[in-house]
Amino acid sequence: MTLDLLRFTTAGSVDDGKSTLIGRLLYDSKQVFEDQLAHIAQASERRGGEGTLDLALLTDGLRAEREQGITIDVAYRYFATARRRFIIADCPGHRQYTRNMVTGASTADVAVVLIDARRGVLEQSKRHAFISALLGIPRMVVAINKMDLVDHSRARYEELAEEFEAFARKLRGGKNPRRTETSYMPMSALNGDNVVWRSQAMDWYEGPTLLEYLEEVEVAYDHPLARPARFPVQWVIRPSSGSQEERDYRGYAGQLASGALRRGDEVAVLPGAARTRIASIETYDGELEEAVAPMSLTLRLEDELDISRGELICHPDQEPSVARELEADVCWMAQEPLRAGGRYLLKQTSRHATAIVDRIEDTLDVHTLQRVAAPGAGAELGLNDIGRVRLRTSVPLAFDPYASNRRTGSFILIDQASNGTVGAGMIAAAGA
Amino acid sequence: MSVATRPQLSHLRALESEAIHVMREVAAEFERPVLLFSGGKDSIVLLRLAEKAFRPAPFPFPLMHVDTGHNFPEVIEFRDRRVAELGERLIVASVQESIDSGRAVEETGPRASRNRLQTVTLLDAIAEHGFDAAFGGARRDEERARAKERVFSFRDDFGQWDPKSQRPELWNLYNGRIHKGEHVRVFPLSNWTELDVWEYIDSEALEVPSIYFAHEREVFSRDGMLYAWREGTELIDGEEIFSETVRYRTVGDMSCTGGVRSTAGTLEEVVLEIAATRITERGETRADDRVSEAAMEDRKKAGYF
Repeated sequence: MTLDLLRFTTAGSVDDGKSTLIGRLLYDSKQVFEDQLAHIAQASERRGGEGTLDLALLTDGLRAEREQGITIDVAYRYFATARRRFIIADCPGHRQYTRNMVTGASTADVAVVLIDARRGVLEQSKRHAFISALLGIPRMVVAINKMDLVDHSRARYEELAEEFEAFARKLRGGKNPRRTETSYMPMSALNGDNVVWRSQAMDWYEGPTLLEYLEEVEVAYDHPLARPARFPVQWVIRPSSGSQEERDYRGYAGQLASGALRRGDEVAVLPGAARTRIASIETYDGELEEAVAPMSLTLRLEDELDISRGELICHPDQEPSVARELEADVCWMAQEPLRAGGRYLLKQTSRHATAIVDRIEDTLDVHTLQRVAAPGAGAELGLNDIGRVRLRTSVPLAFDPYASNRRTGSFILIDQASNGTVGAGMIAAAGA
Repeated sequence: MSVATRPQLSHLRALESEAIHVMREVAAEFERPVLLFSGGKDSIVLLRLAEKAFRPAPFPFPLMHVDTGHNFPEVIEFRDRRVAELGERLIVASVQESIDSGRAVEETGPRASRNRLQTVTLLDAIAEHGFDAAFGGARRDEERARAKERVFSFRDDFGQWDPKSQRPELWNLYNGRIHKGEHVRVFPLSNWTELDVWEYIDSEALEVPSIYFAHEREVFSRDGMLYAWREGTELIDGEEIFSETVRYRTVGDMSCTGGVRSTAGTLEEVVLEIAATRITERGETRADDRVSEAAMEDRKKAGYF
């Protein structure tokens, strides 16, 4: 059984057919409304002449973007079939590509990477695959698009799939190996081949269409019992008026980040050393015997403990790391570079800390995919750079490595002066 | 434990859980949040989500309605009743008062609408009460400018939205840091569609104002839409008042919200109608989005909902 909500990301430039592919998914799954269709039909004819229908226009964005012919930002799109609801994070490939792809990838279950069958495996597709793997997206679909322009050639498809697979193998190895499952599909988004409908022109392909795949694929929440429970306390419910009984109420509210909790379970409250048991699991709709991620719920505990926002409830035999020093891959998103000695606000789960950058270990070259040792003093991470950084925090954090838990292994860095979100961090390990 | 008894989250429960998480983050990270409640279906859902997030305690914020003075009376009646049931506090910010005090200037002519004036009243009320976060019921599926908006949507001290310098929003880690005078609009329903909202209202058995169901009404036809006729409406040459069975897909100012011909008289029938509809919610019912191709984008930049 699968969760019936799937989030996936696409990335690419105007030329590789990303907008057409999304337009095709929306159009063939009957998600385009008549007024939208009339609107794009008008616009298509204005630009392309009578009788043309450019599905790419369905994802047309803001006026500033149309004027400049670029896409500024991640756009979210929605469609549904009888099987599932889908959320697409549609990431532009032109400007700020790393920042946008990282943002879109952070919540995705599946990445759809586009390859133009004529132009072959280009750097941008590799970069998207690399960022998808770095962000821990468990599954990747490589859509080999524009097959109509290479005579639907099976040989060309296999050549490109092999070339990409050699690259994907490299992504799975190395430091922080991530298990990204990769599938390949020959497609023509323009004609709708293997997007929603099976291709007549490519009967040699026996795998699923893109939509069939997206409807069936399992997501991370599908096996909540297989993973340790992590419950960051978000908010303490404590009525300040009413009867004595009401005023005595203490509920610890939050969203279960992973795993499952049952009534009566012994739990630890981190980063302290407190232990207690779950007295009840409450929701507005009644009490539960068991809760699984990603439910929002309220825990009541057997003992009166002084627990506040930012603490983490888990099972005592499955505790995460607790540390004030950590190593993380940071994607930098601000004009002003990150430097050793820099101080930032850090938010991880529901916890805030001040973080000091001790050292930049290396930077990742997104072109060669090599880690380049940082030159020691004077090293910096510029806009759209990704690098391994050592941090110290003002308070201890309870975390898992990002590779095993995307919710408790991630953080953002906030600039103390501008309040902007300037960095996205993925924890590799506790610092030595 | 066997796999078969494992609780499974439907997409509605997953969206609900995400929205509750967003609401609790706001309660925890802001000093003075407010929830914008119009009596419309989206904000009705917000109220239920707030109950789920904060009960048995009272909401850690008041509710606020920006009243254009041209609202459907059925909606105002519903608003007051719902607020009383919840036992929460409602602030009414009045567009009429903004006009009387000279802060806003009434449009004239047959196409006059108070829709744009709401922005003045809203921003004034946010400043007056010192609100630093305002929950709204907007969804990304509504409109192309909304598709790119964050869940925590930052507004500068002029209340403006700048689509080019939005904060990146990663995982479920929302950045609620702002300077004095700035505020954040928060959209817990960002990832919901119109159909999700109706299915949720149905599954939660929530009451909605009667105008969402088919009823007979005096209307006139303008620009292909059916507008409610009320005392004082100026008709343009050739327009006639007639009686029609309609319902509303959105609840807004009477002057710019059109009804749709419909016989859907129950929640179930409304859900079926929405599931089968071939026209978007805003395309069918909102004259305010028809002004130009980028109408919503412009209003949002100026501080609209």
